Amino acid sequence: MNEKTITTKERLAIPRQVMPAQDPEVRIHNFNEVHLGYSPEAAILEAQRCIQCKDPVCIKGCPVNIKIDEFIKLIAHGDFLGAARKIKEDNVLPAICGRVCPQEDQCEKTCVLTKKYTPVAIGNLERFAADYERETGNVELPRVKPPTGKKVAVIGSGPAGLSCANDLIQLGHAVTVFEALHELGGVLMYGIPEFRLPKEIVRTELEGLKKLGVQFVTNSVVGRSLTVDELFEEEGFDAVFIGVGAGLPWFMGITGENLLGVYSANEFLTRVNLMKSYDFPKHDTPVFNCKGKSVAVFGGGNTAMDAVRTAKRLGAEHAYIVYRRSMAEMPAREEEIHHAEKEGIEFLLLMNPVEFIGNDEQWLTGVKLLRMELGEPDDSGRRKPVPIPGSEFVLPIDMAIVSIGNGSNPLIKQTTPEIEVSRRDTIVVDINTMATSKENVYAGGDIVTGGATVILAMGAGRTAAKAIHEKLMGTDRGFNEW
Amino acid sequence: MYKIVSAIFLAENIKKIEIEAPRIAKKRKAGQFVMIRVGESGERVPLTIAGSDPEKGTITIIVQGMGKTTRELNSREAGETINDIVGPLGTPSHVENFGTAVSIGGGVGTAIAYPTAAALKEAGNYVITINGARSKELVILENEMKAVSDEAYITTDDGSCGFHGFVTQKLQELIDSGRKIDYVLAIGPIPMMKAVAEVTRPYGIRTVVSLNPIMVDGTGMCGGCRVTVGGETKFACVDGPEFDAHLVDYKNLSDRNKLYLPEEQQSSEGFTHRCRLAGKA
Repeated sequence: MNEKTITTKERLAIPRQVMPAQDPEVRIHNFNEVHLGYSPEAAILEAQRCIQCKDPVCIKGCPVNIKIDEFIKLIAHGDFLGAARKIKEDNVLPAICGRVCPQEDQCEKTCVLTKKYTPVAIGNLERFAADYERETGNVELPRVKPPTGKKVAVIGSGPAGLSCANDLIQLGHAVTVFEALHELGGVLMYGIPEFRLPKEIVRTELEGLKKLGVQFVTNSVVGRSLTVDELFEEEGFDAVFIGVGAGLPWFMGITGENLLGVYSANEFLTRVNLMKSYDFPKHDTPVFNCKGKSVAVFGGGNTAMDAVRTAKRLGAEHAYIVYRRSMAEMPAREEEIHHAEKEGIEFLLLMNPVEFIGNDEQWLTGVKLLRMELGEPDDSGRRKPVPIPGSEFVLPIDMAIVSIGNGSNPLIKQTTPEIEVSRRDTIVVDINTMATSKENVYAGGDIVTGGATVILAMGAGRTAAKAIHEKLMGTDRGFNEW
Repeated sequence: MYKIVSAIFLAENIKKIEIEAPRIAKKRKAGQFVMIRVGESGERVPLTIAGSDPEKGTITIIVQGMGKTTRELNSREAGETINDIVGPLGTPSHVENFGTAVSIGGGVGTAIAYPTAAALKEAGNYVITINGARSKELVILENEMKAVSDEAYITTDDGSCGFHGFVTQKLQELIDSGRKIDYVLAIGPIPMMKAVAEVTRPYGIRTVVSLNPIMVDGTGMCGGCRVTVGGETKFACVDGPEFDAHLVDYKNLSDRNKLYLPEEQQSSEGFTHRCRLAGKA
């Protein structure tokens, strides 16, 4: 079909292009990416489904307002590189966001086709354009403005920090990113598994930032190795952005939680992803040997899905999701839940753990579960799970992975008390600028919102970068300056 | 990469390694630790900082070769590098003038107790040190300990040096002699720390131990190092590593440290094998 002459009726007749994926039977035995990407033909067909609304509401559904209609039009015309560059005007990490964004709750949710048809696969197209640019070796470095002489410290090299650093370096500021771990990328490296986000993509993005001149310092825990005050006073930074993520895993506080075989999702995923324990003993870090074992993951978020699917790939015979509400309330992306089901993950819904049970050597042998039913909606608007008295039973398991979210790491709070924090210890910011209560200190990502998404963290990093730039260049409208 | 400035064996299998790490050298306080990753495919292990030279920009760690990682670390010489060090981590030792403070180190635990003993001395305490080892050859930091002690005792299991017996017997002797002891710090193998806690418990002597659970990141992110203290779960990396000796659940700590025994053995055997092939071990 010729893009120029194609009618709306014809566009609507094109079925949503399914992205090819590894067969579930095959992929549960490897860590390679599940989705294989569109062919150029499929991408053009999918792009042709977009009816190019006059008022593209999808853009409002995107936390960083990518010019969705424009990049899709470029794909429809076969200008894949043009599409990639159009996306990059607003989103610095499209290959990552195309993979891990919850599009079904954002841009694709607002797509006008959603009501009567299926939405345009915006995420798949974003991924296609970014992959095409990278795989054909056509990534162009953006032009960097002349040096401003200002220095900005970015704490944390996850999505918030990287997007903030990217904008600031392009505006001509000197940017140094401090990372606590030995490897850069934050949750993109230690948290999200290879089968959902190949690490090579993250490394490519990091290389791009290095080429632009961003300095990276690993093994630096701000609050311990150096404090926010020292960044200003001793290291001469003019502004600081804190994007350290949500730091401390929550446990459930039930009996037996310190038995051998009970992990946090953070620990399990960090061992496997960052420390590569799937490749033990070639890599030194071990992890619980899941082979032939029963593994239960407690929680219903994306991290829980990542953990349970990782356990399956490590050879677990039974890999359960234990969730206290029903499927409808589950916070994980539909796609992840769907993939998990296909991979043979067993969902134990409306069940709540009340006790972990161990043997004489203190190894976990089972979990006592209590059945629940849904009652009235709670504060979150979701129907509240209510225990059914006397419904307890014991599920035999060898390993438990607790994935119920994270609290905030107290380090920055302890060492920089003038930064105001909420009751939940998240950093309080002005949402228009991401400015904290301390002069020239900004924050964004999970340390502000609590556990959220990559794209929200990126959006916050960009908002902060803009505000930092305006502040440092004296172009903001803050009344302090007048 | 972090350069090793000097590396000398203090006793069989126990090596003192001085590493260039200027930021850590400047910031570290007694009781804090670093996470070390020796090589590219290495694991992250916590090691307490034994000392530092802020001027020179170096920190010192004292390492007993036990598993693969510590043995690999101990095979490094001056001039070589290690991949990663991060720190100082953990809450520093709580140091004040308690009065009479007893610092007890068991084996390589002496190296961990040393900086805190020195800090206790500096804070004006009357410092008594008791350092235990299996035998004379394994006694470390004798002179360093003497230098920060008002009274220094060595105990050996076989009586080849100092007091013949365990550190707890020496401690009991001091208590029985009617000495007023206000504070006890005990660092060493888990059974030793537990035994010290049991000696001081009836007398209500404030007693602190430094715990060594398995860690991954060392910054609070993974929760692998959780320990049970007073019935509550604590993260040793951020809440510790020092805790009230009378509240620690030692059995839970000891059990959890056995989590990867078969894997540790496998790694260790692999390392021995490679060393033999290279003609090193």
